Amino acid sequence: MDAIVAENLTKRYKTVQALDGVSFSVRDGEVFALLGPNGAGKSTTVRVLTTLTRPDSGRAFVGGEDVVAHPNRVRHTIGYVAQDSGVDWEATGRENMLLQGRIHGMAGAPLKKRVEELLELIGLTDAADRIARGYSGGMKRRLDVAIGLVHKPRVLFLDEPTTGLDPEARAAMWVEVERLTRQESLTILLTTHYLEEADRLAERVAIVSRGKIVVEGTPEALKAGLRGESVSVELRETDGRLQEAVQVVEQVDGAGEVHLEGQVVRARVPNGAQAIPSILLALEGRGFPVVAVTTARPSLDDVYLHYTGRDFTAEDTEHTPAAQGWGH
Amino acid sequence: MPQVLRHTGWMVVRQARNLMREPIWIAVMIIQPLIWLLLYGQLFSRVPTLRGGASSYVEFLTPGIVCMNAFFGGTWSGMAMINDLDRHVVDRFLAAPASRLAIVLSQVVRAGITAVLQAIILLLVGLALGVRVHGGALGWLVVLAASALLAMVFSGFSNGIALLLRRAASMIATANFVGLPLMFLSSILLSTALMPGWISSIARFNPVNWGVHAARNAVVTGGDWGTSAEFLLFLVVATAVTSAFATWTFRSYQRSI
Repeated sequence: MDAIVAENLTKRYKTVQALDGVSFSVRDGEVFALLGPNGAGKSTTVRVLTTLTRPDSGRAFVGGEDVVAHPNRVRHTIGYVAQDSGVDWEATGRENMLLQGRIHGMAGAPLKKRVEELLELIGLTDAADRIARGYSGGMKRRLDVAIGLVHKPRVLFLDEPTTGLDPEARAAMWVEVERLTRQESLTILLTTHYLEEADRLAERVAIVSRGKIVVEGTPEALKAGLRGESVSVELRETDGRLQEAVQVVEQVDGAGEVHLEGQVVRARVPNGAQAIPSILLALEGRGFPVVAVTTARPSLDDVYLHYTGRDFTAEDTEHTPAAQGWGH
Repeated sequence: MPQVLRHTGWMVVRQARNLMREPIWIAVMIIQPLIWLLLYGQLFSRVPTLRGGASSYVEFLTPGIVCMNAFFGGTWSGMAMINDLDRHVVDRFLAAPASRLAIVLSQVVRAGITAVLQAIILLLVGLALGVRVHGGALGWLVVLAASALLAMVFSGFSNGIALLLRRAASMIATANFVGLPLMFLSSILLSTALMPGWISSIARFNPVNWGVHAARNAVVTGGDWGTSAEFLLFLVVATAVTSAFATWTFRSYQRSI
């Protein structure tokens, strides 16, 4: 059996249908990412799989155990790094890890040795005996990961591991995760709303939108599934005629999924080099002043747009008024 | 050893260790009850009728302050739970095979231990002020048991409220709302005989008063052990009830995740 199997999970919180039939499976030793904007249902999925929440319907197995029927067996096999740090601020890094190990039934010399090994691996050896309150955001996050790994779990859940970290700490975290997957031979389920994070870390990605999985596959396959390239045309002052520009581009032979992002008209075409002249000709023929034209291979943004019909950034900010922008 | 006891032990150690790292908390924990004892002791020392048979007002007051301190401590102990909820430490334990009961019970046990330590300090200071524990070693035990149980009764209640409301501001409001009335509806400061009839009737159902009666018997009378035992038994039952309440609200928290 696969390391994680989710079958048709549903979960409703009062007025919100958080999960609306989520199914996927993660193979042993694989890094799998659930990608989607805030509020898509990623964290709820993780809470079901880590036995924190019972699904309304559907079944799920982690490490071969049913999360509803045998939650305690599941808890023994998993490590969980929640979206919000679970570090005990008044305890030292080492004390945090020791207690977690004891809860998992470890003791004595093997526990001490394991804690040392992880502190080394995660780069916290020097800070191990300092109170965690004084740790930086990145250090707390790495301690969270170390706490989740004390008992050598088979499956590690990383819920938004880099949200709230500055770009430098985020890059450091990515290196940690890559190293962990190599050294600890883990199955990892990662959730993220950073497209580049999923692209970089995950072998397979499932795109989650409004409580459903809309598509899954390797990042390469998902991108390759979108034939062609994306063309972006930036326009100068248009006196409110942007919608007209969209219609103009839609008329061009081969152009699809035409949409606006600010002053930029984006479209997907089979071949950028062939399509650009016709697009420019059509736009200038109707008096649209073009500032710049770029063409790119499809990104996960394009994949997201293609499968959900919605723009990732717009949907993400819709759910979080204070959302930080994510870089390309 | 059963898992629940082992896990409770570790979690009590964790909470106690965290508290020991707050020098201000330790100072307040030791100094505040002493202030009550010295302040009230002086304030009412010239009113001989208050002391209800004790050789001095301080002697009358000391077991009362021990109990007041224990139940106040218990009332506030839910703040630690709020803190753990806010920091997502509880969720981390829940995703691990931690004993669910231990997460709640450890808070209650920790409140009891704290109250006992404070009671010992208060009794020692009382001795220095001329208080005699007439019940001897057994008297000491009864006072310490009363303080531990009172703290645990109210800690169960406080943690239950904490898990129900999950917000520090609501927790503080509840603790204030419950704390002062229960104090004045008890014989902490003056003997029941001096209370207006209606207050003394209500006071009979006040768990704080059960503790005060048991402890005061042990210090002032040094006898009437049957009554003390009876009140301590009431407190044991009350501890079971409020701990069950906290466990029940913990389940409701788990369902809400």
